[in-house]
This record gives sequence, C-alpha cells and structure tokens, in this order.
Amino acid sequence: MQESILDPRSEPDNNRLAGFLPRKPNKWHYTSGALALLVAVPLLVVFSGWLKPETEIWSHLADTILDQLVINTIKLVVGVGIGVVILGVSLAWLTARCEFPGRKWFDWLLMLPMAMPAYVLAFVAIGLLDFSGPVQTALRTWAGTSNIWFPEIRSTGGLITVMVIAFYPYVYMMARTAFITQGRSTLEAARMLGAGSYGVFWRIALPMARPAIAAGTTLALMETLADFGTVATFNYDTFTTAIYQAWFGFFSLQAASQLASILLLLVFVSLMLEKSSRSKSKYHDSMRSGEPPRLHLSGWRGWTVSGLLALLFLIAFLAPFIQLCLWSIEVITTDFDERYLGLLGHTLLLGALAATVTVIAGMVLGFARRFQPDRTTLVTTSLATLGYALPGSVLAVGIMVAASGFDNGINNLFESIGLDMPGQILGGSLLALVLAYVIRFMAVAFGPIETVLSRIRPSLPEAARSLGATSSQTLKAIYLPLLRPGLMTGLLLVMVDTMKEMPATLLMRPFGWDTLAVRIYEMTSEGEWERAALPAITLVFAGLIPVVLLTRRSLKRLK
Amino acid sequence: MKKYLLSLFALVIAFPAYAADTITVYSARKEHLIKPLFDAYTEKTGVKIQYITDKAGPLLARIKAEGRNTPADLFMTVDAGNLWQAAEKGVLAVTDSKILETNIPVHLRDPENRWFGLSVRARTIVYSTERIKDGELTTYEDLADAKWKGRLCLRTSKKVYNQSLVAMLIARHGEERTEQLVKGWVTNLATAPFSNDTKTMEAIAAGQCDVGIVNTYYFGRLKKKKPEIKLALFWPNQDSTGVHVNVSGAGVTKHAKNRDAATKLLEWLSSPEAQGKFASLNMEYPVNPAVEADDVVKAWGEFKSDDLNVSSAGAMQTTAIKLMDRAGYR
Repeated sequence: MQESILDPRSEPDNNRLAGFLPRKPNKWHYTSGALALLVAVPLLVVFSGWLKPETEIWSHLADTILDQLVINTIKLVVGVGIGVVILGVSLAWLTARCEFPGRKWFDWLLMLPMAMPAYVLAFVAIGLLDFSGPVQTALRTWAGTSNIWFPEIRSTGGLITVMVIAFYPYVYMMARTAFITQGRSTLEAARMLGAGSYGVFWRIALPMARPAIAAGTTLALMETLADFGTVATFNYDTFTTAIYQAWFGFFSLQAASQLASILLLLVFVSLMLEKSSRSKSKYHDSMRSGEPPRLHLSGWRGWTVSGLLALLFLIAFLAPFIQLCLWSIEVITTDFDERYLGLLGHTLLLGALAATVTVIAGMVLGFARRFQPDRTTLVTTSLATLGYALPGSVLAVGIMVAASGFDNGINNLFESIGLDMPGQILGGSLLALVLAYVIRFMAVAFGPIETVLSRIRPSLPEAARSLGATSSQTLKAIYLPLLRPGLMTGLLLVMVDTMKEMPATLLMRPFGWDTLAVRIYEMTSEGEWERAALPAITLVFAGLIPVVLLTRRSLKRLK
Repeated sequence: MKKYLLSLFALVIAFPAYAADTITVYSARKEHLIKPLFDAYTEKTGVKIQYITDKAGPLLARIKAEGRNTPADLFMTVDAGNLWQAAEKGVLAVTDSKILETNIPVHLRDPENRWFGLSVRARTIVYSTERIKDGELTTYEDLADAKWKGRLCLRTSKKVYNQSLVAMLIARHGEERTEQLVKGWVTNLATAPFSNDTKTMEAIAAGQCDVGIVNTYYFGRLKKKKPEIKLALFWPNQDSTGVHVNVSGAGVTKHAKNRDAATKLLEWLSSPEAQGKFASLNMEYPVNPAVEADDVVKAWGEFKSDDLNVSSAGAMQTTAIKLMDRAGYR
C-alpha cells in the first residue's frame, strides 16, 4: 500500500484524464472500497428494512405529523447551518488572523464547548432558563409579579441556539486550521495587488478555506440530523423523532429503518453535490511560507472583541460548567465511588483506541481521494463517511445485527461439520465496539484530513520522489508533517466524540465496560439530571485532556 | 505484527466469557436500581450475575439478532408495553413456576407467563397545594374539562408511561371517547409538554400550571430533595376504575443457557426477601401483596388501583400513539 501512496505518477495533476479514460480498478479503489464496504454492511441492514412494507405506519405518519416533522427538520438544519458557519468562521478568523487582548487564551478556550455533549448543554439551558428555573424565578421575585416577559427557551430559537453553541467547534477548529496554515506569500501577493484586509478575507482567505468550512459544517449538520437526545430534551419533533417513534412506539424496527434510509439517501446526495461542486477547484497552497502578519485590533476595538468572546465563552462553556459543578457537589458524597476510576479509564481508552484507528482509516481514504480522484473513489469515500448521519441507535442496531449475523453464520458452520459451537465471537466484543466507532466517526476523521491534504501542492512530494526519496521517506518527511494539523484535529474530534457517544456504547460494550456516557444515560433516562451532572462533569474533564494535549502541541508547532 | 494480531484475536475471543454459574441479564431497568439486589443474590447463593443496561428497544433488537447464540438469560425492563412487545417478538420463554404465580397477582403478569411484574408504579395526579381546593380533583377524565383550561401540565406523549395511560383509557372507554378526552387535555395545557415528569412538577410548583400527571416515584424524589415544595399527590378514579398502574418486570429468554438459574433469580426477586428493597430503591410499590411498601411511599396514602391486566397497555400502545398524534398531543 505504501508503495502507491507516494507514487507521483498517480498524483492528480499527472492524470487529469483519469475520470475520462476507462481504467482497471487499482489499489486505491480496493482500499477505499473495502472501507466503504465496512460502513456499507450496517447501512445495508438499515436499507433491508424495505423488505417488509410498513404501509400502515407510513400512512399514519403522512396523515398526522410527517409534514410538521419535515418542516421542523428543515428549520433546524438551516438555522444551525447558518449559525455554525457565521460563528465558527468569524471566531476562527479572529483567533487565527487577528491580534487582540487575550487572543492566545481564546484560541483554545473557544474549543472547549466541544467537550460538552449537546444533550448536557440542552438540559442545563432548560434547567436554568425555563419558567421554573432560577433565572426566571429570580426575575419574578424581583419584579414582584408573575407576568414578566422572557424568551421561551423551549422553542425553535432556543434549540437552534443550543445546537449552534454545541456544534460550532467543528467549523471553528477546521476553519482555524485552514486560516493558520494559509501561506504568507499568497496573502501577501493579494495585499500587494491592492486588496485591503477585508478584501483579503472575503476574496482570498475565505474562498481558500472553503473545503475546511464545508467539512466542518457538514459534520455539524450530520450531527444535527442524527441527534435525538438534544431535540428530545426540548421536546422538538424532527425526522429523527419519527424514526424513534416508529421503533419504540410502534415497535417496528423496519419502519424506523425505512425512515432512516431516506435520511441517509438525502445526506449522501448532498455530500456528493457539495463535493462535485468544487471538484474542479484547486486549493493547493505553499503552506509553509511563514505566518502572515496579524491584523492588530487596537484600543477599544480589540477590547470589544475580547469582551464579546468572553461573553460567548461564558454562555457556551463556563455557565453550564459551573451549573454542572454545583449539581455534582450535591451528589458527590453518595454517588462518587471507586468505580469512577474504571469509568474514566474505559472512556479514555475507548476514545484513544477509536481515534487512532479511525484517523488511520480516514488518512487512507484521504489518500485514495487524492491519488485516484475519479467518480468511483468519490462514491466509495462518500459512502464510507455516511455513518455519522444516521441516528446513533439505528446505526448501533445495524452493526449489532451484522455482527450477530457473522456469529450465527460461524456457529451454523461449526454445527454442520459437527464441531462444538463457539457461541458469540464478534457480538459483545471490544473489536466490534471499536469497529462501530470507526463506522460512526469516519466522517469526523476524514473531514479535517482531506481538507489539509487537498492543499498540499503535488509538486512537493514529486520533488521529493525525483530526488530519490522512497515512498515511506516521502510519507514521513513530506506528508505526515504537512498533514499534522489535520491529523491532530481528526484525532481530537474523534476521541471526544467517541467519549460522548452513547447508543453504540450502550448496546455493544462488553460486559463490565461501562463508560461515563453510560453512566450519564443511566441517570438522564429517568430524569435525574442532577445526578447525571457528576459523570457529565467528569466527561468534560476527560474531554479536556485531549483538547489541551493536542491543541497545545499543535499550537506550539505552528508558532 | 503477527503477535499483536494474535493477542487481539485472543482478546476478542476471551471477552464474551459466560461460565455456567453466571447468569446474564439484559436490563432496561437502571443499574443503580438492580445492582444492589444482584449483589445481595450473589452473596447469598454464590451465583454470579453479569449484565448490560440499555433502552428496551435496542436490547430487544439485540436478543433477536443474536438468536440462539444470545448470552442473555433474563430480559428485564420497565413498562408493561415493552414486556408485552418482548413476548410478542418471541424472545421470551414460558416460565411455569408456582412461586411466581403465588407471589405476583394475576393482573401484574403475562397471562401466558412469559413475563412477570416485579414492581408497581402508579401514574397519578400531582397538584399545587396552594391553588387547588379540596374536592376540585376527581378523575383523569375530568382533566379534559374546560375548567382546567390553562392549568394543566403534561409530559411528552413520546414517553411510554403516557402511552400506557392512554392505552388503558382506550381499553376502558374505547377510541372515540378517549380521543375527545386527550383533545381536552391538549386544549387545557398551560405550556408545551415537558420532556420529563420532574420538569412538569417544577412547573406546577413555580406557578406555570396547577395540575399534572406523573409517576409517584418522581414525586418522591423531588419531595426528598425539596421537602418544602408545595405539591401533593391525588389518587383519581377511586369511585371507578382506580389509579393507573404499570410495572417493571422481567422474563426468561427463549434461548437462555441457564434457564433454571434465571428462573430461580426471578423467583427470588419476587420473594418477600427481595421485594421490599426492589421497590424501595426506586420508591415504587412491591408487586408481592405480602410485602409492605416503604414508609415514605406509604405516607402518600392508600389507593385503589386499576386491576385491568397491564398487558393491555402493550396491546393498545400503537393505537394510543396514533390517537395522541391525531389529537395533537406532542
């Protein structure tokens, strides 16, 4: 595999005709195809729901709630999409390209909301801001009347706000990496040609960061579509609500699968459209030509920016963090025991394991798309990243069914040749759980890696090869260092996402492998939000470990 | 590399270890409500119990997918609807046990003995002691009356407890009348339905509304945390059908490897020795009539409960959800 990784003959610029000439499938087709197959198996299980028609449920949904669910879902996707782009990109531009008081701190502080699961943010927000919450209660006491106006938190606007706060880090982190690594020479050339600092942003930096922004937004929107915990806390009905109602209410996993497969198809089509809309563009950049000068926001402007960012950090992280701490203190004496060490250990171990494997797989996919940029690879790589768009429980069951099918096949085989049946092999094993994470989070690793990869100018590895470097030398000396920001972002995102992951962890964990997310589920599913605060806060701290480790490191290297 | 692969393989093979003297439980009842009992059972008998917890739906799908290879001996869950569904999907075996039949009243177990209730939860009316006068409250049905306009708070219809409640109403009154009733509830709502019972009660206490419908143990928990909260429970329908009750329960799986051991565990859980703790851990009522409820729970007063077999909730659940969708109850 390594041979072909760095073979300049397969570099995109050397075979522009690749998409037009009939060619035999090569190694890249096979590797990306294999990864796509891994993801495709549970997806096929989901699609197999169509084998059994569920017309009764469909006609009921169509008659009653379906149109409202679709409208709700569209509102949510549009709102969250606009929100994360505006917030994520402007924050990234400010911390990566400007200078203002406290910039170095905000640079990584603004990533922290990532460590806070969206459903946790949701229940804290509702707990604080609903009619019976402390804020409105205090206002009523102060005003001396129960007739005060206060924005309704349990509303479309409230939900969009919470989701934007929870999901903007995806866009922020990817756009930030893009802005930081944009080379000095390109930006300076623009300045010399007469562009002002706003012109540079709108006409050069922003278009060049488009793949990164698109990748971050894609992740945020896929997560929005697949989300159940946050919308359920708000009692806001989306398409996912229908999926779960079909399953848990009507007891029809088939109807749930059918609904989920429609969701998947939509995501797949939009992924393909987005990718092919910019497939002709090139985003190569010199990358290492030094950091361009920052725009100094001096005086009141700098302080205004710091003030706004501080306010954002307060709302997005500090306030919920403090609330969780307060709740935790109430229960720490009764709930905190020696088992927390095990929970923490499992959480970190699973996170690290899943992140490593997923990032390696994501890198392979990235190389496949770089070296073999034809339609087949586009389809296989898009397919391989679809796991993120599916509601967690549906995907988890798909994987479970696939794993059990494998086990049952082996057992039947053993039985037919007269051997003792081995029982479960894949089902309930650590391997199956890690595979489940890989399938679910492939998109999260692939996004940042692909965006960085797309900006490496092909002449660089070509030069290395022509100077006689072997492919593994080129990998080590050229690709890995240049890819580092993307790999780091991917590792961080997948690790934190894995640690927060609930449905697959619940269903597929080996006996005894409880994690912090499992504990949060145990408490929240019966409405014991305060008791859930203790594992939630521990999870936030666990999430901080990779955030701090990796960002400090990548910051240092980039300075 | 080969060495790593080998050890990984060994790890994979070694994990799903289930020895003969270990009972495996798939539970949708929360860990902190079952572990103390499992620990006590292990200490008493030496029989080990391993378990995983998840929602009922995914666990059921897992048992079905695993087929005869399933490690699960016992499936434990909350809500009769889920138990009914497990039996319906054919994953539970018939368990004939004189002990279970003696310990558990007929209406709290499957008519075909595939599952057994282990604790009873009552879904009743909660009200503000400041704004509700004596005699104002009567029945669930009465909450649809126009006099409650803007005074009612409810939890989301997506919660199975409300689905079961409406299912039982359908079993009693038929679809047409129940739909009118649910529409009445929706008209009377003071605010959009809440995602959980605790939020519903907090809204009543804060003055957003005056009455609501909740499971008693949520009330118990809230009262324990805020003893001064101005809320109380009311037992409705005492002159007619009685308070709506539901169960948490369990059944032995069809492909259980340790059927006898699992049955013994089930019998023990229904015994006087275990029932007190099983119920009181979650402030519920014991199924075993020989066992008294916890003092805190008893203080809420005696009531007549609905004696319709709880399995009706499962059979009617789909109808109930469709009805609630039509009535605009979110």
